[in-house]
Amino acid sequence: MTTQVLLAGFGGQGVLFAGKFLAYKGLFEGKQVSWLPSYGPEMRGGTANCSVILSDEPIGSPIVSNPDVLIAMNLPSLDKYESAVVPGGVILADSTLIERKVTRDDVTAFYVPATKMAKDIDAPTLANMILIGKFLREVGAVGYDNLEETLKKVISARHRDLLAINRGAIDAGYNFV
Amino acid sequence: MIVFEKPKSLTDAEFHYCPGCTHGIIHRLVAQAIDALGIEGKTIGVAPVGCAVMAYDYFACDMVEAAHGRAPAMATGIKRSLPDNIVFTYQGDGDLASIGMAETVHSAARGENITVIFVNNAIYGMTGGQMAPTSLPGQVTQTSPYGRDVKVAGYPVRICEMLSTLDGPEFIARVAVNNVKNVKNAQKVIEKAFRNQVEGKGFSLVEVVSSCPTNWGMTPENALKWVEEKMIPYYPLGVYKDRSAKEEN
Amino acid sequence: MSEKVLMKGNEAIAESAIRAGCLHYFGYPITPQTELAAYMAKRMPKIGGVFLQAESEIAAINMVYGVAATGKRVMTSSSSPGVSLKQEGISYIAGSDLPALIINVQRGGPGLGGIQPSQSDYFQATKGGGHGDYHLIVLAPDSVQEMADLTALCFDLADQYRMPAMLLADGTLGQMMEPVLLPEPSTSTVEKPWAVTGTQCKRPHNIVNSLYLKPEVLEKTNFDRFARYKQIEENEVKYESFMMEDAEYCVVAFGIAARVSKNAVIAARKEGIKVGMIRPITLWPFPKKPLREAAERVKGFLSVELSMGQMIEDVRLATDCRRPVKLCNRAGGMIVSPEEVLASIKSLGGDKS
Repeated sequence: MTTQVLLAGFGGQGVLFAGKFLAYKGLFEGKQVSWLPSYGPEMRGGTANCSVILSDEPIGSPIVSNPDVLIAMNLPSLDKYESAVVPGGVILADSTLIERKVTRDDVTAFYVPATKMAKDIDAPTLANMILIGKFLREVGAVGYDNLEETLKKVISARHRDLLAINRGAIDAGYNFV
Repeated sequence: MIVFEKPKSLTDAEFHYCPGCTHGIIHRLVAQAIDALGIEGKTIGVAPVGCAVMAYDYFACDMVEAAHGRAPAMATGIKRSLPDNIVFTYQGDGDLASIGMAETVHSAARGENITVIFVNNAIYGMTGGQMAPTSLPGQVTQTSPYGRDVKVAGYPVRICEMLSTLDGPEFIARVAVNNVKNVKNAQKVIEKAFRNQVEGKGFSLVEVVSSCPTNWGMTPENALKWVEEKMIPYYPLGVYKDRSAKEEN
Repeated sequence: MSEKVLMKGNEAIAESAIRAGCLHYFGYPITPQTELAAYMAKRMPKIGGVFLQAESEIAAINMVYGVAATGKRVMTSSSSPGVSLKQEGISYIAGSDLPALIINVQRGGPGLGGIQPSQSDYFQATKGGGHGDYHLIVLAPDSVQEMADLTALCFDLADQYRMPAMLLADGTLGQMMEPVLLPEPSTSTVEKPWAVTGTQCKRPHNIVNSLYLKPEVLEKTNFDRFARYKQIEENEVKYESFMMEDAEYCVVAFGIAARVSKNAVIAARKEGIKVGMIRPITLWPFPKKPLREAAERVKGFLSVELSMGQMIEDVRLATDCRRPVKLCNRAGGMIVSPEEVLASIKSLGGDKS
């Protein structure tokens, strides 16, 4: 079983961080994982994306060009990558920032008003983790458990106080229906 | 009774330098400084590309041969690897003030605890007498056959003046070896530049205004006269920076 | 007790180098290898090591030259344009028979090029790079794990054969994270009686030098060095053979291109095409023998590269052009896709559709 995930959004929305969470979660579950960011000037305010592969087998190319799951955090990302998703794949979209619907009918789309929900729980920068929560419920490539253990790996020690709010954002996304 | 003895820090190899060249004197002054401080066993020298390229055969301490102009970078590596050893570079004007200017300035700015001996004879000697960064305005060389035209080739670089504007260096001085008095003074200054390193004080550079009778097309005697009359007025002798002396005052 | 950690390739190189006993690092900022220098800047002061940001790539490699002359493990890292600047120093290090490690996290060129991944420094890395007759040992990792493992191996081989080694990676491998089991600290003890450490007035002076004005002497140093290179070619070749047992076609790829090609080989196999892959791990010495042997059995080769086709020349030389060798490539920072490789595999004659 291999799940190829593409996370895309504006620089600053935390797509690399969210991808890192998925990669660590996979590592804790004994999976093969890879995480590959886009790099360069786009990191500073432009668009950012990140390929994550979770697999039970050795991973070949770490580059995700046809994702099983697309996490789109803004409209340009959905516009750019919607057609690349494999038939039968999943698209998770931040519906606060993306007004349109997914046009394909051979993929399953979930619309989460992640940016608004993040504001509502007083964690305005954590729309990314709300979408991760939804990923854990709907995709299930990795489990909804040991979240703190994983967060400890991706949140640096000096920001440990942000652990609870990240956990809260994941839960909010997981419980959103 | 011994009236003349070779410094221990020189090998028995015979110098290859031209008649009247002052490299031999400067080698000896460096060797005497090493002997005087008793540091031969822990000194590592960095030879340049230029006339002194084979200095590694003449100094009895461990030696390396750097790429053209890169001696201060190589010396930085050696000193950072072996901070308790004494590391010096021996470089000419093309090496230090032209191709290696970046390495010179930045090793000085970092205040690397090394000693730099800079031999300025206003010409590229080894390659046969081309214009150097320190060639004087109007000076005839192979590549300035009508005299250095400052409108075309720009002006000479005064290294001591330039480096003494930096906060990094400990000691910057210019000496000459064209007469006995100047040689004696040069000996003191070179020894101080090594002692500074022994005492951990930092980057010390001694510029030695030197002569090149062969490529200047002069007799050794006239060359020394030219040093006195042309070189020294353009490159005034003296101590340009002495951080510790300043602090003591 | 070690456990797998997620690390960027650039960081894995840095940590592995430290564990290999490299306590001296000199570099100059350039994308996409910056994490490596940043890691060194953070760690070296805490373990009594030296991190120094040099004024240029040229200065950095000559600082490496200086430390190498003292017999200690030392490295620098850069990306393509910066590695061009280092070529002078690398030639001197090779000519002085000193061990050192140079990392090239390649990006697209020529000139300032771009910052996206590339393999277009293959010629520069494997054919000498600087002036004069010399080689580097060139290792090409294809995973973060190999970034770590081959870094350690580079240091060992460089010490053993008294020559500079290069780890030839690319922007993808430098930036990506994968789980990695970091190597144990090195216990290597290679005697270096040639090092300049001060005579202590107890031995004749050591001279580290690449100047030989007598041509017959310089010739001898070159002959001696190449005799050593021959041993390396005999003893140190490394490659991965993938699905080659019954292969009718052979993909040749290294580094990130090999990762992509592996997907294509698996996909081709699912379609019934008998294709395998030989992945050179040592680019110099190049795995000539396995390719020559493959040429006995396969109908054709496909060289997959992120360049305009550089390794393909070595594939042709290794196989004496006995079978057709085709190129599947992207350049300038673009990465070849598994679909493109698959299509190229089919074009070798294996398309059953």
